[in-house]
Amino acid sequence: MMISLAGPIKVWLERGNRMIATLQETHERRKKESGDGGAVIASLHQASKNFGDVQALRQVDFAVRAGELVALLGPNGAGKTTAVKLFLGLAKPASGTVRVFGGNPIDAEVRTRIGAMLQVAKVPETLKVREHIDLFSSYYPKPLPLAETLAMASLQEIKDREFGELSGGQRQRVLFALALCGDPDILFLDEPTVGLDVESRRLLWEEIRKLIARGKTVLLTTHYLEEADALADRVVVINRGEIIAEGTPAEIKASTTGRRIRCVSSLSIEIVRALPGVLEVRRDRDALEIRTAQAEPIIRELLMRDPGLSGLDVTSAGLEEAFLALTGSSNNAVA
Amino acid sequence: MATASTALAHGISVRPFSKTLLIYFKEAKYEFLTRLRLRAYSISTISFPVMFYVLFGLVLNPKGAPVGGTTIATYLIASYGAFGVMGASLFGTASGLAAERGLGWLQVKRASPMPPFAYFTAKVALGMTFSAIVVSLLLLLGVTFGGVHLPIRDAAELLAILVAGSLPFCAMGLAIGYFVGPNSAVAAINLIYLPLSACSGLWIPIMFLPKLLQQIAHFLPPYHLAQLALSVVGAGQHESNWVHWEALIGFSLLCLGVARVGFQRDEGKTYG
Repeated sequence: MMISLAGPIKVWLERGNRMIATLQETHERRKKESGDGGAVIASLHQASKNFGDVQALRQVDFAVRAGELVALLGPNGAGKTTAVKLFLGLAKPASGTVRVFGGNPIDAEVRTRIGAMLQVAKVPETLKVREHIDLFSSYYPKPLPLAETLAMASLQEIKDREFGELSGGQRQRVLFALALCGDPDILFLDEPTVGLDVESRRLLWEEIRKLIARGKTVLLTTHYLEEADALADRVVVINRGEIIAEGTPAEIKASTTGRRIRCVSSLSIEIVRALPGVLEVRRDRDALEIRTAQAEPIIRELLMRDPGLSGLDVTSAGLEEAFLALTGSSNNAVA
Repeated sequence: MATASTALAHGISVRPFSKTLLIYFKEAKYEFLTRLRLRAYSISTISFPVMFYVLFGLVLNPKGAPVGGTTIATYLIASYGAFGVMGASLFGTASGLAAERGLGWLQVKRASPMPPFAYFTAKVALGMTFSAIVVSLLLLLGVTFGGVHLPIRDAAELLAILVAGSLPFCAMGLAIGYFVGPNSAVAAINLIYLPLSACSGLWIPIMFLPKLLQQIAHFLPPYHLAQLALSVVGAGQHESNWVHWEALIGFSLLCLGVARVGFQRDEGKTYG
């Protein structure tokens, strides 16, 4: 069974990738046409938040512009969920300010323009999908028609099922539907695909892309670099409550791809920098750190010029490694 | 509370009144549907008082046996009615609130433009609706099988008093819901509900309880609700009904105060 399915699945995945590539191109083009981002519609300014002794956010400056999809990327406990809670008015910053549409997110008027998807341990299980949507739609002044909400979250076929009967992927799509049913201008999606299998994740990605195509603004948090890469216009990397990198997915990747050579050498930075193929050199305590696309020619050259070279270490900066390199190992932080 | 009431005030200002009314209605309707389909709630809150009534009021008693100035079948409509109201109200408010606030659902609702008061109103409406169902069933059973003769007016008054009596226990449930965890809620409610109702004379008529318990009962809210209900069928302890109303109103205010502290503590934890 597995063997006979492998072929079609491969074809399907490739088709999916092509489709994603096309969508990304369209998206890039649209962004270029519209200029460099719209007005800031949600922002944190010098926002700090602590839970007891634990500092969840440290003086974070962060803005979301109209029409963009920003991914807040970081390991578990980096402060992503805290940032989302500040934006939603579910938590108040210890210092600093939060602005959404120029107002305070606890105002009902501001909230009618916000959709939120949060991590929930338990949703009332005996309500049907369409009933959940009907109730949340009623909170908003101009909700989408039920059929449209169902279509946007691919829930048409399970609209009469009770929430408790749904699979993990379906449950996430219902929560997603609740976030979009009020036709809000901005959506905050906190780890929308956490715990989902590959297929459910890709389905939800498609739906998130459709929102952007409709002109919505989306902030999503994730700890999957792949997800940020596949969806976002802009990636903000957060760790231990601080923003440590920011840029387009391409920039984030470019800043970290290739290989990293680390060694202790008597050679000067200038000499190493002049070697062909070296992208960047910096001194880290007594060692040199060299970034390059290809490690071998440079190592050969280094060993020839400095026989006393020691502590040689080569690491590949693949996407996940790059992410880990950016964030370091995380501890002592809360989500 | 300040934040919630600002949001609420804004909610009213941006929303036409009819739309606000619709939200309150839908919130209550779906709360009711959720619980109706949740057999653990709907069946147990209705069946326990009904079973007790059938057993002690109908099966184990000769028809027309007198107690406290009326028949046992009539007396027990009032006392098991109060018992049922208390259960429907406590479980209707406390267990839902504890679970929804403990497991993140309340947060999703709070992030939406839902008027916060609609959420609590729905829970109270649920408690009152199930209270009305329980009392109506007891009346129906008593009149049909227990030889209970009750003028329509008295039956209506009994129903009205008991359903109104749901309010103090809904307030109590909200207070409990803010101070128990999602998994311990049901156990905590039972631990309060069962001893309290037994000592208030809701299981065994108050005059059959030891003298000491009869004295203690005066400090227990369910006693006062049962006495109000019993006075309709002429089987009360002949105290002034004002005493009972005052006790219940005072108790409601106390519980709302405690619930408010819980609400603020909760907001403080997440807002502050």
